[in-house]
Amino acid sequence: MFGSDIKTIYLAIPLASLAGAIIAGMFGWKIGRRGAHTAAILGVTVSFLLSLAVFKDVIIDGHYFNGPVYTWAVSGDIPFEIGLLVDPLTAVMLAVVTFVSLMVHIYTIGYMHDDPGYQRFFCYTALFTFFMLVLVMSNNFLQLFFGWEGVGLVSYLLIGFWFERDSAIHANLKAFLVNRVGDLGFLLGIALIYVSFESLDYAAVFAIAPQATVTTVEVIPGHEWNLITIICILLFVGAMGKSAQVPLHVWLPDSMEGPTPISALIHAATMVTAGVFMVARMSPLFELSDVALSVVIIVGTITALFLGLVAIVQNDIKRVVAYSTISQLGYMMVANGVSAYAGAIFHLMTHAFFKALLFLAAGSVIIALHHEQDMRKMGGLRKAMPVTYWTTLIGALALCGVPPFAGYFSKDAIIEAVHHSHLPGSGFAYVAVMSGVFITAFYTFRMVFMTFHGKPRMDEHVRQHVRESPLVVTFPLVMLAIPSVLAGGMYIEPMLFGNLFGSSIAVAPEHAVLAEMGRDYHGIGPFIAHGLQALPFFLAVAGIVIAWLLYIRYPDLPKAITDKLAFLHTLLVRKYFLDDFNEIVLAAGARKIGTFFWKVGDVNVIDGLAVNGTARVVRWVASIVRYMQTGYVYHYAFAMILGLFLLMTFFLRLT
Amino acid sequence: MFAEHLLSVCIWLPIVGGIVVLATGGDQNATAARYLGLIFTIATFIVTLLLYADFNPHTAAMQFVENRPWIDAFSIRYHLGIDGISVLLILLTSFCTVLVVIAGWSVIQKKVGQYLAAFLIMEGLMIGVFSALDAILFYVFWESTLIPMFVIIGLWGGPNRVYATIKFFLYTFLGSVLMLVAFIYLYYQADRTFDIATFHQVQLGENAQILIFLALLAAFAVKVPMWPVHTWLPDAHTEAPTGGSVILAAILLKMGAYGFLRFSLPIVPDASHQLAGFMIALSLIAVVYIGLVTLMQDDMKKLIAYSSIAHMGFVTLGFFIFNTQGIEGGIIQMISHGFISGALFLCVGVLYDRLHSREIKDYGGVANRMPVFASFMMLFALANTGLPGTSGFVGEFLVILGSYQVNVWYAVLAATTLVLGAAYTLWMYKRVIFGAVVKDSVAALEDVTPREILFLGLLAIAVLAMGLWPFPFLEVMHVSVDHLLEQVATKKVI
Repeated sequence: MFGSDIKTIYLAIPLASLAGAIIAGMFGWKIGRRGAHTAAILGVTVSFLLSLAVFKDVIIDGHYFNGPVYTWAVSGDIPFEIGLLVDPLTAVMLAVVTFVSLMVHIYTIGYMHDDPGYQRFFCYTALFTFFMLVLVMSNNFLQLFFGWEGVGLVSYLLIGFWFERDSAIHANLKAFLVNRVGDLGFLLGIALIYVSFESLDYAAVFAIAPQATVTTVEVIPGHEWNLITIICILLFVGAMGKSAQVPLHVWLPDSMEGPTPISALIHAATMVTAGVFMVARMSPLFELSDVALSVVIIVGTITALFLGLVAIVQNDIKRVVAYSTISQLGYMMVANGVSAYAGAIFHLMTHAFFKALLFLAAGSVIIALHHEQDMRKMGGLRKAMPVTYWTTLIGALALCGVPPFAGYFSKDAIIEAVHHSHLPGSGFAYVAVMSGVFITAFYTFRMVFMTFHGKPRMDEHVRQHVRESPLVVTFPLVMLAIPSVLAGGMYIEPMLFGNLFGSSIAVAPEHAVLAEMGRDYHGIGPFIAHGLQALPFFLAVAGIVIAWLLYIRYPDLPKAITDKLAFLHTLLVRKYFLDDFNEIVLAAGARKIGTFFWKVGDVNVIDGLAVNGTARVVRWVASIVRYMQTGYVYHYAFAMILGLFLLMTFFLRLT
Repeated sequence: MFAEHLLSVCIWLPIVGGIVVLATGGDQNATAARYLGLIFTIATFIVTLLLYADFNPHTAAMQFVENRPWIDAFSIRYHLGIDGISVLLILLTSFCTVLVVIAGWSVIQKKVGQYLAAFLIMEGLMIGVFSALDAILFYVFWESTLIPMFVIIGLWGGPNRVYATIKFFLYTFLGSVLMLVAFIYLYYQADRTFDIATFHQVQLGENAQILIFLALLAAFAVKVPMWPVHTWLPDAHTEAPTGGSVILAAILLKMGAYGFLRFSLPIVPDASHQLAGFMIALSLIAVVYIGLVTLMQDDMKKLIAYSSIAHMGFVTLGFFIFNTQGIEGGIIQMISHGFISGALFLCVGVLYDRLHSREIKDYGGVANRMPVFASFMMLFALANTGLPGTSGFVGEFLVILGSYQVNVWYAVLAATTLVLGAAYTLWMYKRVIFGAVVKDSVAALEDVTPREILFLGLLAIAVLAMGLWPFPFLEVMHVSVDHLLEQVATKKVI
């Protein structure tokens, strides 16, 4: 379709967003608000349109691309290349990322309207898009790490966007550091790949890795561990940081300190799914290690179940959605773990649409209520904000996995895939993802009911001024609501059971759960009909009904229940005390050790004893020796004769 | 004529320049002194660029060699030459000196001529260190650099400058004397010559090698500085004026690291191998122990000084794992650290010039008043945390790759800098730059001037260019590093 200039087109995808970011950032003061958002949106629009063209080119016409762009460095025998890989997995990510990014950019015009940092915000969001595109288009581990840290950087800048707020700058530092813990594992994984396979190129590594399935490494003397397992687990540690898996999820809820548009773009739809994408991208490696896959299953399951529970006790509307995001990321990871990589990417895509929608809708409510985020001060908004309400409802139903909304297809596929898996941990995972359906439906509709139904609980003045948000805000909501309904039914067949991903995802025959499911698949109609009679659907309905009972029918009941289950409630409210542990043990511990090394090691021992101690000794010796400088010539003469005598004896002995 | 003496020009042009600037006399001619200083540093920078342009990266042989007798009685020669290891360091030196002159333009108001002269002379001497091929010539340059730095800290320094200068002087001088002893021993072993290339060829026994290694270590370790002989650096930095800190961190420290490559590794390869474990241990202590100490600093300059020690730990770690990635990564880290630490000290200088405080607690919310400055400092802070795309990543990445090949745990411990480096740098940034403005002094801050944008911008370009495309920086050193690795791999024990 593009001919020989294909590489230029590919390069233009990330670079268009980068150009938008540079113009908005460096010249924002000159071109003003309108100029800045025009530049950024234009850049992202170009990225989006080209991504669509590439999507068609790759998926329909089957044109793959894998080639270098430039040599970043050479050290030793192996060059480090910057390169591009465009295959179906990349194409899907390109389309999802640029679409959600574009919607968020448009929404931002309305949401950040009064903010003094308007231009800076557009610079950051466009820059984020650039890094995310670099990440998904990479054909090697080094560049993956570039994009990986790059999106982390922009996330850091955006969480701390309102840098006068203490909570925001605490949250962004925390996010950066927790991600760096993950990246520590990730970088060591990359280094191990380099040392073991002498290449950082995906294709080369995937080609050699199957020969290394029995290779072991001795990390601790006397213990031989499987090389591939170690590599996969180290890479997965990186994914745990970026995709907020237990126990490295602690930064994501706090990231809600950032403006809502970026919660939608970065902390729901795109960046946090980078870990899920990465594991799918590395499927040729993970397929070689059942142990690593089990680790992925178990971590993903714990994340999906236990962080979903925390969402139930949140009162901040954004935090409900944030915990829901962590839980859904857990679902995606579980899908990766049972080798249903296509299912993970499928859920990643539908989730990107409906979760971005839910965040943006939450933002729409928040600005309508003058930056009120506490759901206890909301209620009854559905009349005043019809577009926001209906789109939220669509997003909520999609999140709960109610047919025929998009989330139903992707979530049900994951549950089925887990059911079919025989890997260790999949039994536990099946119970957890199943119960997760109920929990998801419950917290989601708790949020919907508390916000849009029941009696208004805001003060009178605010209530009278509640208006539906302007078109720049509602337009993206509608645009995201459409795929939240349709994307599931449209893509389940090609993505899961067709060959849409082609060679970009590898699954070992003994792990091929999706292929097994494909044999029972007879089209969307039967799939939905089946879903309406299955357990997950009843659990979702039960969750919605119980939420209705507790928050609409008998609104006094939740209080009574939390009083009864005070211990459990505290455990959830304190988020399993993980933050407390990190603050008290890890952060304070590091500060204590640092102080000890400084005050005791440097100041007392090295300077106190060694350096100044030596100085004191010298001074003491000098104070004694100076009595020898008497000033009498005969003393000196005597000393000279003594010295001469000693030297002569010495030389005579030598000869 | 000019082309044959290019290295001499690099050394003597700034020194002559320094004398010319001195000749302008008192502060009534300060403007003339400033312009002269600028002209001479830029001229030197251009000459070093010529050096780089003519440099042939395909040979390990010394280039731009000048070799003539100096003190015949001891066959000491005026012998200069550079290879792929020293050429970048010379460029770094001339680049940073230009920045220092611009940075001190309106800040230094007393004894302007002397101030600039000290830096110009310093520049020539440091280039001399990086190009000397005669041990005594090297020693003379090496020791002479102490004098201008002593003067810079002593005259334009902070209130505690006397303690700092004496500590600095004694620490480094003590180490250097042992180096001289080693040189004299080698002189006799090498048939009465101080030629460094001949030193490389001398056959030495095991014990002699170890003693020489330790004697050289005393000089180089203090300069780098390596744990536990590092405590002079934070004191020297806190008392030094901004320009002094920049030169100290960006170049002076590199002299120690350079010494390992030019002397220790090729002259005593067996001892280097034998004591590599010890050196690696010291380097890793620098990364982890110093990383934690850095976290707790409440003086910005002290914090950056400690951070320098931790980053230099990567350099020595890279050198003593004896593989291409390690040594090349170490050299890249030297250059990158020159840019980044120089930039961070200049950033602190920008703040210090306004509020006359280096204490973190005296700031907070600076971004509200100085957004352009905050953006620059953000870039340099991120470079300090080793963010990919900045120069800070390249060296650390290569050294981690290199050390992984030797021992997994070296790499694991070294990689903790990913977390520690981010913690101390960004925590400082948070407390200084972010937050609401609570202090009146901060509320009165003015953003950076065009002059400040100039020097911060030049460094920003350097940091990004090297991060996005380190290829040309690495390209010049491959052959020399390979040659060095061959030398280290050759057994000398007789």
